[in-house]
Amino acid sequence: MSNTILPFGPQHPVLPEPIHLSLTVEDEVVRQAVPALGYVHRGLEMLTRKKDFHQMIQVVERVCGICSMMHAMCYCRGIETLMDIEVPRRAQFLRVIWSELHRIHSHLLWLGLYADSFGFESVFMQFWKIRERIMDINEATAGNRVIVSVNRVGGVRRDLSPSQCWWIGEQLDEVETELKAIESTMLDNYTVKKRTVGKGVLTKEDAWELGAAGPTLRGSGIARDMRELKYEALDELEFEPVVETGGDAYARGAVRFKETLQSIDLVRRAMARLPGGETAAKVKGKPEGETALRVEQPRGECMYYIKADGSRFLDRLRIRTPTFANIPPLTAMLPGIELADVPVVVLSIDPCISCTER
Amino acid sequence: MNPVDMTTETLRQQAKQIKADGCRFVTVTCLEETEDTLALIYHFEKNLELFHYRVRIPKDKVVPSLCPVFSAAFLVENEIRDQFGVTFEDLEPDFNGTLYFGDSDVVTATPFCRFGVKRADG
Repeated sequence: MSNTILPFGPQHPVLPEPIHLSLTVEDEVVRQAVPALGYVHRGLEMLTRKKDFHQMIQVVERVCGICSMMHAMCYCRGIETLMDIEVPRRAQFLRVIWSELHRIHSHLLWLGLYADSFGFESVFMQFWKIRERIMDINEATAGNRVIVSVNRVGGVRRDLSPSQCWWIGEQLDEVETELKAIESTMLDNYTVKKRTVGKGVLTKEDAWELGAAGPTLRGSGIARDMRELKYEALDELEFEPVVETGGDAYARGAVRFKETLQSIDLVRRAMARLPGGETAAKVKGKPEGETALRVEQPRGECMYYIKADGSRFLDRLRIRTPTFANIPPLTAMLPGIELADVPVVVLSIDPCISCTER
Repeated sequence: MNPVDMTTETLRQQAKQIKADGCRFVTVTCLEETEDTLALIYHFEKNLELFHYRVRIPKDKVVPSLCPVFSAAFLVENEIRDQFGVTFEDLEPDFNGTLYFGDSDVVTATPFCRFGVKRADG
């Protein structure tokens, strides 16, 4: 049988965002996958020449809506490092609370899309229904559902009252109950396993070698989570990375499902230990020097490199997003699988192309 | 952050050593240092700690690709080729400046450079 080259994407029913893959197939089996990008490249890193270092917070929040809080947090941490600003403890806890809420709603969105990719529409709707509670929390506490825009250099621009914390805890109890009600459907169901177990296997060695990040890395048996760096208030919150060893689409899904429950627990504990005090430090001067630092976004490790020369405008801002790191592993997962499994495997890395291309 | 300086001549050999030491490739940052020079900062990680290595190059210099050592480097090296015009030797797959810009576009600019780089053919 001769080889055929099939275009997959950028427009495809299973893709929430545009990525193109040139798939070389022999009969129905994928032999090679070559990615092509460029459909949503906006050159956001270049805006450092037009927007000052405070305004860049709004820019990095728009690198990706669904992990906007983590982008802004990582950026602010970088600027605070360069300017030697000590962020108030309360602000560090609030950052953890909002960032873990972001992880929950990102994972719930993905779990729904993932179920939809193999035709399990009722589960898709269940996950998105549950997610609405988190969106309500975002709206009630920050004024927006997705881009919460709570970060500023030196801390956060919003606070949580005791009654809001109580209400959030109540909502999270409901989210946890509803999630546990469909846990067996997602993790033990015959249909789900039939479509995901053994699909798109990434070995532990390949995951490391190809620079995989986040649940894609942890689904291959490597316990690596940037939250182990204990940034912000995570030094006071005990935490163990969720790891699965299968290396397949099922394992990556299981990691995200369990991480959702773990994040609920983290938010609860952060709210229980929320200290009093200021929510932001005073900021004087302008950043100077260079730094590189990382946070754990829902899709994995995100790295910011910032270089500043003491002026209002940064010299260079470079953002390495987790999906960018997960594209080389994706090209290793696809060869050898059936064409019908390509959508499930592509979705299993939780691709965020607007992050990737910036 | 204190990057260790390297040269293009020793880059690949040192990358092999870094890999042998158990480091993982994270990414490469390219920045324009002067009108004529660029800096490539290679970021690696081991046990949650980041390590940085810097190579300073004239804008028209061909740089050895890290792909033979760290195959994950192909995407970021192609991105740098698009944005800064740096040509990498042994880059596989090599999009030849068309990762972000389709191959039907005639692209001669290096958008991330204040001062443009003449793109090498092929």
